[in-house]
Amino acid sequence: MTGLFLEGAGLVHPNGQRALRNVSLSVDSGERVGVIGPSGAGKTTLVRLLGTSLRPSEGQLFIGDTDPWHAGAGALRQLRARIGVIHQSPPIPPRLRVVTAVLAGRLGAWPAWKALASLVVPDDAAGAREALERLDLGDRVFDRCDRLSGGQLQRVGIARVLYQRPSFILADEPVSALDPALADLSVGALVAESEGRGATLLASLHAVDLALKWFPRLIGMKAGEIVFDRPTAAVTTAMLHDLYATEGRALPQQGLDVLPDERPANVVLLKRPGCQ
Amino acid sequence: MSAAAGTIAGPRVTLRDPAARTRATALVVALAVLWPLLWLAEFKPWHLFDSGNLQVMASFLAGFLPPATAPEFLALLWKATLETLAIATAGIALAFVIAVPLAVVATRALSVSRIGPGPGRGVGAAVRTATRGLLTVLRAIPEVVWALVFVRALGLGPGAGVLALAVTYGGMLGKVYTEILESGDTRSARALLEAGSPRLGALFYALVPSTAQELASYTVYRWECAVRASVVMGFVGAGGLGQLMDQSMKMLNGGEASSILLTFLGLVIVADAMSALIRRVLS
Repeated sequence: MTGLFLEGAGLVHPNGQRALRNVSLSVDSGERVGVIGPSGAGKTTLVRLLGTSLRPSEGQLFIGDTDPWHAGAGALRQLRARIGVIHQSPPIPPRLRVVTAVLAGRLGAWPAWKALASLVVPDDAAGAREALERLDLGDRVFDRCDRLSGGQLQRVGIARVLYQRPSFILADEPVSALDPALADLSVGALVAESEGRGATLLASLHAVDLALKWFPRLIGMKAGEIVFDRPTAAVTTAMLHDLYATEGRALPQQGLDVLPDERPANVVLLKRPGCQ
Repeated sequence: MSAAAGTIAGPRVTLRDPAARTRATALVVALAVLWPLLWLAEFKPWHLFDSGNLQVMASFLAGFLPPATAPEFLALLWKATLETLAIATAGIALAFVIAVPLAVVATRALSVSRIGPGPGRGVGAAVRTATRGLLTVLRAIPEVVWALVFVRALGLGPGAGVLALAVTYGGMLGKVYTEILESGDTRSARALLEAGSPRLGALFYALVPSTAQELASYTVYRWECAVRASVVMGFVGAGGLGQLMDQSMKMLNGGEASSILLTFLGLVIVADAMSALIRRVLS
């Protein structure tokens, strides 16, 4: 079954700037894909396209065998309730409490009375805490979001999507504000969620080592186009240097020591910083 | 003379602000428009200080002193104050009931069809425009005109004032609520809508939490305006302090009028304190 499907898709912003050109990809249901590339490569636009936030200017788009832009309003809403998007800067009002921000993940599934009642007395504080605990944030359930650091707020955004339990998890640089250990933990939680429920996971990451460690398939993007799309084991360091145009300089990394050798590596080393 | 060797003779950015000319033009245009307006409005403040005029005003104001404190008048004043508070509060409550659904419909940040844009965008845009039009009509007609209309239907008394306030203030609250809801960070609402949330979910989990203080303080401010507006409506028979004021002025009883004005001052101070308290609770 198809999870995410794009054929010849492109996107031109209303100001005439082209963000994506001729993007084709097919992600199976339950597959995990990492998207890497320099900033401005179109990673965010790709996530927004797949998250039905932007409409492609050309080409075809299917999410779970549904064409969102030719479905009715009701079908589109049902589809959107099954898509969980993790934004790089979490779209959470600072005055909201953490528990409410996490429970908001299920608004698409809840009836209106439940949503309103949950504002007074949280409907499922235990569920919210469970999602937060997986990100090492279980002790902040009843804090207000403006008391959190940027990294903690980013994890609240991830917890919201974990609580939503969507069929498609789309993440746009979900751990950009986290230190290496927490970034590793959080991406691990997303991967575990995908494995546990068979959810499709597509995540753009700025740290190449995280992508190499957690994703069996990598898509490299540059200037709005896909430059490679292959199993992680077949991605060489030369391809990565080419992607980031970093000849002889360091690749953007989180600090995990997992870069492959010059030749295609079959096994990716999994080492945590400070561990031997 | 020769240029110093080794310096880069590239073009420098001149430090002339490119926006300066636009701003200067805007200032000149604003003055050019304002001057004839002042002239049309017969704005001649220096006439205030003509000796004859000063004397007339002074004797007029002297008539207001001392404030009336006769027990029977204070009893009347107390009853009229309660009536005014009731008119203002009931009027604002009804206006709120009218304004909230209209604001939810008119707020662009709560539109699902604008994302993409998706199915139903034409209908959505038309409904929003119609709703904004309705809000404009409601608030374009002054409350005192509505009061005159309703006094004819309901007879003299506070009922007409309440309805008049509800209609006009419903239009004002609806328009300003819409603008406040759209002035904050609307990304949070959009993210929820993109996750399948209904409008009300996005309203209460995203827009209201980020604008609660502004919404509350504007509502209290409008309540304060309603207290004042009820005076004007009292003049046309809609009850409350206004009606009392009308009677006192007609009987040229300045002392009673000043007692009524002092009561107003007290009410405005109370409104201010309420607003501050609500903002503190919500912050």
